[in-house]
Amino acid sequence: MARGIKDKAAVIGMGCTKFGERFDCNLEDLMIEAVNEALEDAGIEFNDIDAFWFGTFTSGMAGLAFSNRMKSQYKPVTRIENMCCTGLDSFRNACYAVVSGAYDVVMAIGAEKLKDGGYSGLEVPAEDSDRTLPDLTAPARFAVIAPAYAHKYGLDMKQMKQVMARIAWKNHKNGSLNPKAQYRAEVPMENILKSPMIASPLGVMDCSGVSDGAACAIITRSEDAKKYRKDPMYVKAVQIAAGPGHSEKHQSYDFTTAWESYYAAQAAYREAGINNPRKQISLAEVHDCFTPTELIIYEDLQFSERGQGWKDALDGFFDLDGGLPVNPDGGLKSFGHPIGASGLRMLYESWLQFHGKAGKRQLENPRLGLAHNLGGQPYSCVVSVAIVGNEPG
Amino acid sequence: MAGIIAYGGYIPYNRLDRKHLKEAFGNPVPKGEKAVANYDEDSLTMGAAAALDCCRNINPQTIDALYFATTTAPYREKQCAATIAAVLDARKDVRTADFCNSLRSGSAALLAGLDAAKNGLNVVVAMSDCRLGFAAGTYEASFGDGAAAFLLGNENVIAELIDCHSVAADFHDLWRSEDDKFVRSWEERFCISQGYNQFVTQAVTGVLKKTKLQPQDFAKIVLYGAAPRYQTALARKLGFNPDQIQDSLFSAVGNAGTANVPMMLAAALEEAEPGDRILCVTYGEGSDAIVFQVTDAISDLGPRRGIKSYLENKKVTMNYEKYLRWRELLQTEPARRPPQKRSSLPDMYRNYKKNLPFYGVKCLACGTPQFPPSRICIQCQAIDQMEDYRFYGKPAKVATFTVDYLAESLDPPTIVAVVDFEGGGRMFCYLVDCEPEEVKVEMEVEMSFRRLFVVDGIHTYFWKAVPKII
Repeated sequence: MARGIKDKAAVIGMGCTKFGERFDCNLEDLMIEAVNEALEDAGIEFNDIDAFWFGTFTSGMAGLAFSNRMKSQYKPVTRIENMCCTGLDSFRNACYAVVSGAYDVVMAIGAEKLKDGGYSGLEVPAEDSDRTLPDLTAPARFAVIAPAYAHKYGLDMKQMKQVMARIAWKNHKNGSLNPKAQYRAEVPMENILKSPMIASPLGVMDCSGVSDGAACAIITRSEDAKKYRKDPMYVKAVQIAAGPGHSEKHQSYDFTTAWESYYAAQAAYREAGINNPRKQISLAEVHDCFTPTELIIYEDLQFSERGQGWKDALDGFFDLDGGLPVNPDGGLKSFGHPIGASGLRMLYESWLQFHGKAGKRQLENPRLGLAHNLGGQPYSCVVSVAIVGNEPG
Repeated sequence: MAGIIAYGGYIPYNRLDRKHLKEAFGNPVPKGEKAVANYDEDSLTMGAAAALDCCRNINPQTIDALYFATTTAPYREKQCAATIAAVLDARKDVRTADFCNSLRSGSAALLAGLDAAKNGLNVVVAMSDCRLGFAAGTYEASFGDGAAAFLLGNENVIAELIDCHSVAADFHDLWRSEDDKFVRSWEERFCISQGYNQFVTQAVTGVLKKTKLQPQDFAKIVLYGAAPRYQTALARKLGFNPDQIQDSLFSAVGNAGTANVPMMLAAALEEAEPGDRILCVTYGEGSDAIVFQVTDAISDLGPRRGIKSYLENKKVTMNYEKYLRWRELLQTEPARRPPQKRSSLPDMYRNYKKNLPFYGVKCLACGTPQFPPSRICIQCQAIDQMEDYRFYGKPAKVATFTVDYLAESLDPPTIVAVVDFEGGGRMFCYLVDCEPEEVKVEMEVEMSFRRLFVVDGIHTYFWKAVPKII
C-alpha cells in the first residue's frame, strides 16, 4: 500500500488576496497581489520558482493564462481544473512534484474572476450533450439535502432552518474578524432566517458569495524547508476522491451524505495517521458553499456522529471558541468563493493560525489544520481533503 | 371491418377562466374556461400524451403507421409523427405522416388511417392543436388546447366505419399566412352562412344518402362548431335533437382546432353503448362526415384517461398575464443567467431510446435498473451486461426536491425532484403541473413528455414528472 507523502513536502510561503467583488482588478492584478505576498513571506524571488500549478475553474485556459500574465520565463505551468477542488488539486500536484525530486521549489496558485460575467450565481460552462438532464443551479443541487436530512433525523423544517442559519451565523461572525473576507458584517439569526428564497429551503443567506480572488503557496521538500524559514507548514496528507455518480442514480442514497467527502477524508486520515479527527484536528476549513453542505460535512469528516451534526452545530461545538472550530476565517460563506482560489485560501488560514497571525481569530496552540473542498453536487462530486501541521511527526 | 380499436385524450392541466379576458380588456366573453397548454407543452407533446393514453396495454411493436394532425406544428420543416411514433416505442419501419394546415386535417388523417386499416395496417392517428387568437379578440377567448388519438385497424374494433362523405372547397374564412402567429378571419356571417352551414350540410346529406340513414338513427352527432350556437343551430336544422348533439367542449376546453371533433368523438365513445351510431362531422375548406357504429367490443376496452378524466384534472387559478408569458406574447425581463445552450443533435440522436420512448437499462449481472443508460453498471461495474429497460409507465415517487427561484423559466419557480421508480432506478427531473407548496417527499408522480427549451429553433423534448393523475 502506498505510504503517502506525510511530512515530505512543506509550505514556505503563502499569499491570499482580499476576496470579493474586485471590480477594480483583473486576473493579473489578483495573481500579482497573492504572489507578491507569498514571495515576500518566503523570502525568495519569482524566478527562484521552478514550476507552477495554476488552478482556475473558468478564468483562463492552459498554463498560458498564468505565464502570459505573470511573465514566467519558459517554465513549466500546468493548468488545473477540478471544479471547486481546483485549488487543492493544484496544491496536491505541486506537492508531488517536489516530493518526486522533479523540482525543488514550486508554486500552487489558484485564481478566479467570477464577477466579470454579469450573471447571478455561478456560471458553469455547459458540455455538448443532448441537454436533457436538468440543468440545476448550484443552490438547487445542494438544497435537496435539507428536506432529506430533516426527514431522516426527525427534524421539522423549522428546526432544520435554525440549524442552517446557525451555521451561516457562525461563519459570518468569524468572517467579521477577517480583514480579507468578502462579507465583514455579522448577520443576526433573524435576518438569515428571513432572507429571500433562492432554492427552497435555502435563502440567499444560506449561500456563499460569488467572488474574485487569488491565493497561492510556495512548496519545497521538507528537508529543504528550514533553509527558507524556521517555521514551515508540513503537509500531512493531501487526497482527492471522484465519485462514480452512484448516488444520483441509485435509491440507496438518501441525500444526507456526500460519499466522496467520506472517502477522501478516510484516505487523508490514513495518510496523516489520524484516528480521532474530532479531537485531533485543531481547525477545519470546509466547503460551506451552502449551509446544509457544511452540516453533512461534519458527519462525513467524522467531526460528528451520523445524525448528530445538527446538535453539535447548535451547541456551538464548531464555533471559534468551540471544541473544533470550523471555518474560523469565515468560510466560503463569508470569505467568499472564487472557485480556483478557495482551497489555497483554506490552507492560508492554517498558515496564519500556525504563525500566530490570525488576529482576533487566533486559536490557542493549533497543531493540525484541515482543508476540504467539494466540487459538483453532494450526489456526484469530487472532494479534496488536505491536512497540514506546524511540526513534523 | 375497419374502425376504431381504441381512443385516448389529453387536456392540459391549466385552465384560464375567461373572466380574466374580460378583466383585461372589458370585452364581453363567453362563460367558461379555456384549456391552456403549459409553457412546456405544444401540439407535439399533447399529441404524444393522447397517443400514449390511446395505446395503453397495446404492444407498440404492432403499430404499423402513425399519422399526426395539427395546424400548429412546432416546426415548419421537420415531422412530428416520427417523434410521436418514437415516444410510443413503435417499430423503425413504421409509416409516418403529418397532416397540417387545415382545421380539417384531423379528419383527413382519420380517413387516411381508416383507408390504411382497410388494408390491414394498425394505425395510430393523433390530433392536437394549440392555436393563438389576437389579444382581446374572439378567438383568444374561444380557442383552447387539447388532443385526441385513435388506434385504427380491422380487428377488434370498438367502432366500425360505416361510410363517409367529403366536400372540399377553396373557401377562405380562417387563415394564417407564413408569418402569422395569430389566426385571422373574414367577417363571421360570411364564414358561417356561406361556408360552415353549406359544406357541413352537403357532407351530412351526402353520407346520409350513401348509408340510407336518417338523423334519428344516430345516438350522437359529433359536429364541429366555432361556437355552440352555430353548432346547435345547424344540427337542429339538419334534423337532430338537442340530446343527440355531442357537447363541443367549448365551455370546459375551448375550440381545440383540428383536435376539436376528435376530442368530441373520444368523449362520445366514452359514453357509447354497443349498437350506437355516431356521425362525426368536421369542418375546414369543406367538410368530412364519417359514420361509425359502436360494437360489443367497447365493453372490453380497458380503462384510460380519455377526455373525462382530463376534464376533471385541472387547475383554474392562472391569470391572463401567465397565459401571455407562457405563450411568450409578453417579453419579460431575462434572468441574469447565462443563455441556454442548444442540444447537440448527434448526442440527441445517439440517445434516441432514452429521450423518446424513455428507456434506461438493467444490469443482467446484478439486476439494477438504471437511468440514463450506460455501458458500465453503477452498482457492480459489470461492463456491457445491460438489457434495455423501459421506465415509461413505472410507478414513481419523489425522494427529495427543491423549488428553485434562481433558474430561468417561463413559469418560475422551477421544481426539481429526485424521482425513484418502483423496481429500482432514480432520476433527477423537473416537476410540473404542480404547485410548489404541494410537493412532498414520497409524493406519487408519473412521467410526461414535455418541451424542455428551444434554442436555435431546435426543440428539445424530454420527460418531466407530474403529480400522478388519479
